[in-house]
Order: sequence, then C-alpha cells, then structure tokens
Amino acid sequence: MRMDPVDQEIVRALQAGLPLVPAPYAQIAGKLGLTEVELVERLNSMKSSGVIRRIAAAPNHYKLGMTSNGMTVWDIEDSRIAELGGVVGALPFVTHAYERPRALPIWPYNLFAMVHGSSDEEVEEKRAHIAGILGSACRAGDILYSKRILKKTGLRLRNKK
Amino acid sequence: MSRLDELDRKLLNRLQDDLLTDHRPFLPLAEELGLDEETLLERVKHLLETGVLTRFGPFFDAAAMGGAFCLCAIAVPPDRFEEVTEIVNAHVEVAHNYERTHQLNMWFVLATQTPDGIGTAADSIERETGLTVYRFPKTQEFFVGFRVVA
Repeated sequence: MRMDPVDQEIVRALQAGLPLVPAPYAQIAGKLGLTEVELVERLNSMKSSGVIRRIAAAPNHYKLGMTSNGMTVWDIEDSRIAELGGVVGALPFVTHAYERPRALPIWPYNLFAMVHGSSDEEVEEKRAHIAGILGSACRAGDILYSKRILKKTGLRLRNKK
Repeated sequence: MSRLDELDRKLLNRLQDDLLTDHRPFLPLAEELGLDEETLLERVKHLLETGVLTRFGPFFDAAAMGGAFCLCAIAVPPDRFEEVTEIVNAHVEVAHNYERTHQLNMWFVLATQTPDGIGTAADSIERETGLTVYRFPKTQEFFVGFRVVA
C-alpha cells in the first residue's frame, strides 16, 4: 500500500496506542485535523491492505505466567506445508507460525511455530502434541529455547515502570 | 504472575480480537461483559498500568508499508560469542537478537525501510564477523494463532 503523508501521520499518532476513551477515533481525528469519518475510512483501508493487522491488546506473556518459550521447528513435506501450517498455526498455544526456506545441510526445517508455556515441561508437552498432528508428513523436528535476550529495541515496547 | 479475576481474564481474551472502527468501539464489548463503558475502560487502563498488557492499539505491519523483515541466524563459535554479539547488535537494523540452544545459536531479526536493506545489512554482518548469516525470510505466515488464552 502507498502511504501518503496523512497515513504516516496516523501511524505516528497511533504507534503508542489508541486513547482509552469512549470515542477514540473522534479524539485522534480531532488532533490530526481530520473528520472522524475520514480517519475511519483510512484506518479501514489500512486494515484491508494489511498495514494494520488488527486493533487489539498486546499481552505480556511473562505477566500471564508464560515464562518458557520455545521455537519449535519442523521439516514438512512441501506438498503438505500449507495445510499443516494452517492447522499448527490455529492451535491456541502457538503464537506465531511461519513457513521459511531451509538452509541445507545445517537447517532442514521449513515450519517454525513459537510455543509459550508456564514451564519447559509444558512447552515439551505442546511440542509433542504438534508432532502428533504432523505425523508422517514430518521428517524431523527440533526445539530452540531462548537462553538470553541479546537485544530488543525494534518493536514498540513500553518503558518498564 | 499477576492476580487476575474472572472478569480480567474474559476481558483479556476479548481484547485480543480486532476492535471495531465504529464511533463507540468499546460499547459492544462493555455490553457483552455486563459493564458500562467507563468501567470497561478503567479496567483496560489498569491492565496496562500493571503491565499485564504492554499496549492497546493498532498492530502495524512494516512490510505492508514498504519495509521488510528477515529472521537471520549465525553459528557463532562459543569463544567468539560476546565479540560477535557486539558486532551484530551495533547494526541499527537489528531489531532483536536472542541466544538460542542450537548450533545456530544466535537468532536475530533485521527490520529495514526497504526490501534491499536486508541483503545489505546481512552482507555487512558477514564481512565484519567472517561468519555466514543464514537468512530465513517468511515464505508464508499462518495467521490464526496470535492470541494468548488467559
């Protein structure tokens, strides 16, 4: 989507979040010198083009007790990746699922699914559940736990209080 | 772990759904939960203040705005780990970087304003470290499972 300067202003105004007032779009529109209808039309077209994924809450996994996260990776037959990726992505404990290229020989995996849980044991159980779904279409799998955050700046994070 | 009551849990689950772009977008949500709008908004503010939510608002996709993201990995020799971390993290294009349990033990995301920027940044990390930067751009994304059930 081509973003004109007004769209860019809208992104800037909403990056920190939506105002928590009964009519948030009217408030933002007022600040930007737009009508509410014009703002909403632009937001809707950003939604339909994928620039806005959704307008929603970003939960803090750690605060919800989800202290273990594992990147599960799988080598899936190419002919079944679309179907099985969709099934794995729909599991309630999978927060992201992607098909990515392999890098042979070091990396034979083409399906990545991020799994969160309250312990490593719970993450392992969920991983076994995924393995069961994939069955014989899956030739190999692994799990990469995060040991340490080395850098985290790029995303819109709030300062810790 | 924060103490959440039943209402907070319901709210947290519902707030992960896409909000309407109506004049009063919170009203149907409040009615569904048997609250008035003001109480609902106070609850959401409280979840933000206590850090249960990190943010409430639009999720923007930089790639759809013309930029690009790419997951990358390096097999860093253990005795060079700190040195290579420093080199990689010095690049502004590196949005986040994790140490993970694998021969490919460093995983980071490059985020650039144009698609060409990915190759340029990855190539210069290769030059500076002398190590291969494996690139795993997404071929397709399976959208459905973004929510956390509280």
